[in-house]
Amino acid sequence: MIPEELPENHPVLDVRDVVKTYGAGETAVHALRGVSLTVQRGDYVAVMGASGSGKSTLMNILGCLDIPSAGRYLLDGVDVSRLTDRQLALVRNRRIGFVFQSFNLIPRTTALANVELPLAYAGLKGAERRRRARAALALVGLADRAHHEPNKLSGGQQQRVAVARALVTAPALVLADEPTGNLDTQSTADVLSVLDRLNRSGRTIVLITHEPDVAEHARRLIRLVDGRIVQDVRQAPLPAPRHLVETVS
Amino acid sequence: MNLFETVRFAVRGVAANKLRSGLTVLGMLIGVAAVILLVAVGNGSAKQVQDRIARLGSSTLTISSGGRTTGNTTQNFSLTEALVPALQDKTMAPHVTTVSPVVTTSQDTAFEGTSHTVGQFIGTYPSYLSAENYTVAKGAAFSQQDNTDGRKVVLIGSTTADDLFGDVDPIDQQITVNGTLFTVIGVLGNKDGTGFTDPNDVAIAPLTSVEQSLTGYGPLQQLIVQATSSNDVDAAQNEVTAVLNDKLHVTNTANEPFRVLNAAQLLSTQADTAKTFTVLLGTVAGISLLVGGIGITNIMMVTVTERTREIGIRKALGAPRRTVLAQFLVEATVLSVIGGLLGVIAALIGSQFTIVGVKPVVVPASIILAVGVSVVIGLFFGSYPASRAAALRPIEALRYE
Repeated sequence: MIPEELPENHPVLDVRDVVKTYGAGETAVHALRGVSLTVQRGDYVAVMGASGSGKSTLMNILGCLDIPSAGRYLLDGVDVSRLTDRQLALVRNRRIGFVFQSFNLIPRTTALANVELPLAYAGLKGAERRRRARAALALVGLADRAHHEPNKLSGGQQQRVAVARALVTAPALVLADEPTGNLDTQSTADVLSVLDRLNRSGRTIVLITHEPDVAEHARRLIRLVDGRIVQDVRQAPLPAPRHLVETVS
Repeated sequence: MNLFETVRFAVRGVAANKLRSGLTVLGMLIGVAAVILLVAVGNGSAKQVQDRIARLGSSTLTISSGGRTTGNTTQNFSLTEALVPALQDKTMAPHVTTVSPVVTTSQDTAFEGTSHTVGQFIGTYPSYLSAENYTVAKGAAFSQQDNTDGRKVVLIGSTTADDLFGDVDPIDQQITVNGTLFTVIGVLGNKDGTGFTDPNDVAIAPLTSVEQSLTGYGPLQQLIVQATSSNDVDAAQNEVTAVLNDKLHVTNTANEPFRVLNAAQLLSTQADTAKTFTVLLGTVAGISLLVGGIGITNIMMVTVTERTREIGIRKALGAPRRTVLAQFLVEATVLSVIGGLLGVIAALIGSQFTIVGVKPVVVPASIILAVGVSVVIGLFFGSYPASRAAALRPIEALRYE
């Protein structure tokens, strides 16, 4: 099971020699050929790589959406590669916040209800849920758009709603899969500034991108080629642990 | 996620595509309404049959003679008027009120050049009228004294009266029956018929006068026995059978030379027929309910496929399997319950009208059953698409376009 209180010294992500192979025999595709990676609390990691380099596969494994073929993956000190379906759902709900390239908001549902959704699955009561969801929306600067449905929002606004949804449960890790891939320059700047602010307030962020100027925002840059890490550069120092404060709670 | 939350999500899902949900609900509506309404029609026609039989008189027994082959000899036990006092004996047959001997013949009748063939010219006692639920609309019935005296008086049915007299008042007119003059003393009230013969083409006269002038003193066709009440018919039947066995010296009771027909038996046969009818109608309606259920499965499959991506998002946000399962199950159930309730309303409105001559009588149990079945159908036919949605792997669901 997942311990409620976690020791500070655990890295948020501890990926050990993870292999992911699709198919079998001659047609097997080796998406990840042994990736080891440790991400400390409060870090901001950008993963770069050409398409087919395995960055999306890594992302899916980090997000507990996919299971590695071999290797171990510890999230917040818990080995999630052997969890049951139900436990995985709990981990996705409590420990991870997702931001997708295509926003993935629930259609015909207001921004507020979208942000409330993870809290609903966490079993929170309506009033508390709305309070937290409003706070999260305020944090991404969309308090006045709470009752708009996704199709009434611009791409940048939709992505900021998605970011609000990702951070509303105060997860240990925010995973962003090319969050700016579908956005114009202005919206990209908006979303990135939200992510920067989140990181400054102590959130751990792993971001996948193929745009170098997006990757520049990160403290650490990892390059994947053919399922292996070929470059791991620190661009900015890790923040001191005292910055770890819960922003939304 | 509590139940209320799940239902709220489900209602939102149903409302998201109003036309499609509406059509699915319509399917359920028709199914449920058909079940309730057709069962009501079946029930209504059963009630109608029962009412008709009750009007015919469910407390009467008809004794008719049957020449039976017993051993090598054919013995004909004929029914005679002499049996009547024995059957009316208060100690031997306490549940018998009246016994009316009956002779029936078909006779040509004439009045002032107009002739008419009466299908049933009945000679009997006055008690026959009450036993067979005849009423006298005009004039008066004959008395037992008329019978004893052999007076040639007759009561005629409305069809006979119309054919013979037209606009003339038939009372106290004389008609010729096979050369004998009979005085019309009354016209019988209209009677509903169940068979092929017109029950209003009838003439009823005292037994003695009919025997004297028309049939001769042969055996009787029937003895009509009236029981004290419709509950005592079985008791009366046993008493009558015992008396007849005794009087006619029947030794082999397994092979009685007479038949005692019970209106209650006729009633139960009719009730069985009506029940079969109701079951048949219910089955047909049940099939339409099943089709409605399959419609729900179909729509839920489409919904699941269409919302695969949404399911993926929900799973990525931490929706556990059972929450997704519950959402789609409840969605299917909401569809079927709305359809079921609207179906009940439609059926109740429809049952206010007479359908093919039958006034539907709604069976309350059929409403409960139909609504219950619609819930079960939602759960049953929704479970396959719902479990498919719940079993989707988030990664595959998210990739789905």
